[in-house]
Amino acid sequence: MDSLSFDLAATPLRDLNRFLHQDAVTQGIKQVTVLHPDGAHNIAVGLSAPVAVDIEGHAGYYAAGMLKHGIVTIHGNAGTGVAENMMSGKVHVKGFASVSAGASAHGGLLVVDGDTSLRCGISLKGGDIVVGGSVGSFSGFMAQAGRMVICGNAGDALGDSLYEAVIYVRGTIKSLGADARIEDMTESDYQAVGELLAAAGYTYDAHEFKRVASAKSLYHWNADANQEY
Amino acid sequence: MNDNEHILKHIAKEGSAGYDRKIMDYIHNAATHGLYEIRGMGAKRAVPNFDDLVLLGASLSRYPLEGYREKCSTKTILGTRFASKPIELEIPITIAGMSFGALSANVKESLGRAATELGTSTTTGDGGMTAEERQSSKTLVYQCLPSRYGFNPDDVRRADAIEIVIGQGAKPGGGGMLLGQKISPRVAKMRTLPEGIDQRSACRHPDWTGPDDLVIKIHELREMTDWEKPIYVKVGATRTFHDVKLAVHAGADVIVVDGMQGGTAATQTCFIEHVGIPTLAALRQAVDALEDLNMKGKVQLIISGGVRTGADVAKALAMGADAVAIGQGVLYALGCNHDAYTLDGVVHSACNDYEQLGTAAGYCHHCHTGRCPVGITTQDEQLAQRLMPDLGAKRLKNYLKTLNMELTTLARACGKQNVHHLEREDLAAMTIEAAAMARLPLAGTDWIPGV
Ligand code: SF4
Repeated sequence: MDSLSFDLAATPLRDLNRFLHQDAVTQGIKQVTVLHPDGAHNIAVGLSAPVAVDIEGHAGYYAAGMLKHGIVTIHGNAGTGVAENMMSGKVHVKGFASVSAGASAHGGLLVVDGDTSLRCGISLKGGDIVVGGSVGSFSGFMAQAGRMVICGNAGDALGDSLYEAVIYVRGTIKSLGADARIEDMTESDYQAVGELLAAAGYTYDAHEFKRVASAKSLYHWNADANQEY
Repeated sequence: MNDNEHILKHIAKEGSAGYDRKIMDYIHNAATHGLYEIRGMGAKRAVPNFDDLVLLGASLSRYPLEGYREKCSTKTILGTRFASKPIELEIPITIAGMSFGALSANVKESLGRAATELGTSTTTGDGGMTAEERQSSKTLVYQCLPSRYGFNPDDVRRADAIEIVIGQGAKPGGGGMLLGQKISPRVAKMRTLPEGIDQRSACRHPDWTGPDDLVIKIHELREMTDWEKPIYVKVGATRTFHDVKLAVHAGADVIVVDGMQGGTAATQTCFIEHVGIPTLAALRQAVDALEDLNMKGKVQLIISGGVRTGADVAKALAMGADAVAIGQGVLYALGCNHDAYTLDGVVHSACNDYEQLGTAAGYCHHCHTGRCPVGITTQDEQLAQRLMPDLGAKRLKNYLKTLNMELTTLARACGKQNVHHLEREDLAAMTIEAAAMARLPLAGTDWIPGV
């Protein structure tokens, strides 16, 4: 047996997470299906084993939070902070994601097929995020490293206070945040976007995207910038 | 000199209370540079504090214990509410969170070694957990801060407790500012930042926005760690009564309240001096909140912010804290503001180094510069040599041991064979302000202002 189902309508979440943390590896389980998630919070948080977890429905807050290994697929929508602080692995949300998707992720790939709400990729530390739809305001806020690919449109204040993270946008940008600017795409940008789109399963042309990065004018504290910080 | 000349001469030397030298300097600096002062350490203004309370040692109505012969327990257990592995400490004095980045790696190691030898805990800080720190600390509390620098699941699992930092006493509501001098290659790597930039850390968590979210965040951390580790919630002291209640409702095992005397590596002076309430007032509010919820003893309370002596600790416990956390006192123990440092066994004067910073031993608050004359708050490799782990650990151990001896001495004088038996009845206030804030009777009376 290398796969198993957990029905959250009948089994406590604690049992699922304990199994994923402790028993999945020792029992050689490669695939876990989660039935009736019904918006439960904290599904598959702290997964460190190379297990594929399929959540058959909507997940609540922090699904796949702090993922280290494994692939978590949410066949529905995800609540606040999906894949927050992810280190590696892959999280794929087939529906929409709420606020702070991929917050402070250090590595790995988060794919959201639908839209994400406010602050997608906030404080990103090195992970990659591909959004099939549009992102809400303040996406990429204080993002330090990593990449975001937005296939739809971006809301207000995109990339406010970016450090070294780079955001690629295919659609429109309502407004740029402080210190963010649109830059020319280079060959390595096209390549990066192409690879990320392929990893996410999209066929858009990388040449349709523009690059948003930090102007670096606020890397050193500047009193004259006043409220720009 | 006629009368008129005499009066004019006298008036010419009369200072203004509203515009004293300090405020004039502030205005001159603001006018010259157009920016506010950023500095390290805590509030300099005098506020009611533990010195304004006295312990009522036993006489006839109470029976004291022999100071030098009878035992007084200091064992302290934190995180008994939900965690399957609560923290067990030998003393109720812990080391507050201070980051690698703000402090050198040598200092972090010193803290771990001293804490381990005395059976207490130390705490990480903004910047993540260093290997030296984990290795040297038997009990290590891992902070989950708004910036989430270096925060990762491996370290969460390696920790003995997790402290969700919502605010600091020195700057409730504010983020930090680590100036570029301190963003060394190692610090930059841990924080995923470019080297040498001025790093502005966030004032709020990226993935939750209020107490309802915090409930789920805490649940996430518990699920992550299979409900083993205590979850602390740390708040800067402001609306403490309500904040503590919300933290209890959110599911905290331990609440840390940091009063306005608490230190910082670097923030705006206007924050340090003008935001937050004194530790004394916050402690009473925190205890009130726990009592109101009937959670006193079920959720443990750690108080920090200007706890300096064994007497402070005794008074804090008597007011209702389960433990204290010390930051600035620890830095002083390591040699902060000392006029000399020891390098290769030889004592050297640090006076020139203080002078170069525009200050002097005893007045320094220049942690933010990264040029600490005694090698504590620096990432400069040469300066960091001025405090080697051996010496740091020894000095800190001596300090904490002294505090604990003072604590037990005072507890025994109050007739207690366990420091956690100290109670409000063992205290009186020396000033009306302290009596009102701590809600204790003014010494020699049964008058509590406002009650
Ligand atoms: S001596 Fe060092 S630690 Fe102490 S205030 Fe000065 S810079 Fe900070």
